[in-house]
Amino acid sequence: MKLLIIAGPPSAGKTAVTRQIIRHFLDKKKCAFLKIDVVRAFEDEELRDEFGIPARKIYSGDLCPDHTGVMVLKDALLWAEGLGTDIFIIESAGLCLRCSPYVTQSLGIVVLSAVSGMNSPLKMGPMIALADVAVITKTDLVSQSEKEVFREKTKEVAPAIDIIETNAIQGTGLRYLMRSIDELADIEDAGTIMLRGVPPLGVCTICVGKREIGWQNHFGVVRKLDGADDIFRGD
Amino acid sequence: MQTYIQPCDHRVTMSSGAICEITVLPGHDKHGNPELFDKIVIRPGDTLSIVGPTGSGKTAFINDIEVFARDDTATGRTVLVNGEIPADEFIRDPSKKPIALITQNTKCLADMSVEAFLAMHVRARKITVPGIVAETIDLANQFTGEKIQPGCRITSLSGGQTRSLMVADAILISNAPLILLDEVENAGIFREKVIEVLKEHNKSVIFVTHDPLVSLLSDRRVVMRHGGVEKILRPDGRELHITEMVARMDLTLCRFRERIRAGELLTEPGFMV
Repeated sequence: MKLLIIAGPPSAGKTAVTRQIIRHFLDKKKCAFLKIDVVRAFEDEELRDEFGIPARKIYSGDLCPDHTGVMVLKDALLWAEGLGTDIFIIESAGLCLRCSPYVTQSLGIVVLSAVSGMNSPLKMGPMIALADVAVITKTDLVSQSEKEVFREKTKEVAPAIDIIETNAIQGTGLRYLMRSIDELADIEDAGTIMLRGVPPLGVCTICVGKREIGWQNHFGVVRKLDGADDIFRGD
Repeated sequence: MQTYIQPCDHRVTMSSGAICEITVLPGHDKHGNPELFDKIVIRPGDTLSIVGPTGSGKTAFINDIEVFARDDTATGRTVLVNGEIPADEFIRDPSKKPIALITQNTKCLADMSVEAFLAMHVRARKITVPGIVAETIDLANQFTGEKIQPGCRITSLSGGQTRSLMVADAILISNAPLILLDEVENAGIFREKVIEVLKEHNKSVIFVTHDPLVSLLSDRRVVMRHGGVEKILRPDGRELHITEMVARMDLTLCRFRERIRAGELLTEPGFMV
């Protein structure tokens, strides 16, 4: 079984890309789909109705979607494997842009929208940096110049990333994505799958429910306005 | 590396990567019937119009060219560069891609000045030609009646100004040998001038169009029906009288338009065209 993990900011076109993947492989491979979202999602029902493939969803609620992803991935692989799946697609609502849900032994796909502004790749960090492929959607809507600059900025974050530009509704240019999926190796040993990156510092006083503002009211990971660098250290 | 069209010399083509022709091989229409043409070859300076009713496959035709279809789009067509399946970098890297597509949906979203916007594109392409930004703005101003100032915000340009700027950018900064224009007539730009300048720069251009003048000014007309190419017309001068007449009518309409915009009443008795 091949594992695809698709992430990207809301409305970038993750599900449109997923649809194209399923449509392309429908006759040749058995696909299954899992959506990890925060409060509401409909993609599982839509894809089940449209393609008749097994599809389900899980809500992360108070947790971050990627935290939920890590928790449920082992169960999810067993579910998909049990159905005789060839290609298992997991779509994660990557909400905090610091997230990076990609794991080893999979193809990590980040979906970015060309209309989100030329500097947006620079604001996302690990969601792009740890992916194998960046699918840039809606390139039909922006000028040539902006398309080229968007590409440069994506390369700045991840010099080796494979960039695929598309109008995902029509599926133009996605032949290279399909080729990467064709070439992807099956999961070798599900027991040894690991997150690729170190997740953001997730245990903090705000996570545990303290709502007072000001670093004086917190402990552990704190930060002052002046004199702090990017790596937050506990006081 | 800049790619450009030049007269076809096979040795040059192979060594420098220049593009001397683009070939479209037939696919099928919506009902699966094969298209009846042998191949459509586009060379430097060629002008083609794609015509046909809404939904007949005009936009799909230029999309096939834009993605260099390889029997992997809905139409089953294949597009070759210099008679061969093109190298991946031509298709995947927009700065090496020999094709610029400008559609009605294409927008400049960046909130910056015209000058800064073009300078950004020049930097991204690592072009060092001095004065290319000013030259591009000058060229764009030949296509539009509303003058574009270098300090204008991109986001405050009219549809016609934006389209003019994109065409000028495609000619000078992108230096794309083949330009695909999807229904540019709606944007209010000087179509005759665009065609003239594209020919001057030895660019090939394909118009998707409903406009009589643009269609008549093209060397070839590709007629679409049910998603496939129905026929390819080569007027070869036979439409000259009508073309001249339509050009005069167009000029007349242009003048009326300007006078209406200027707040005049048009009270002449009228005349036969």
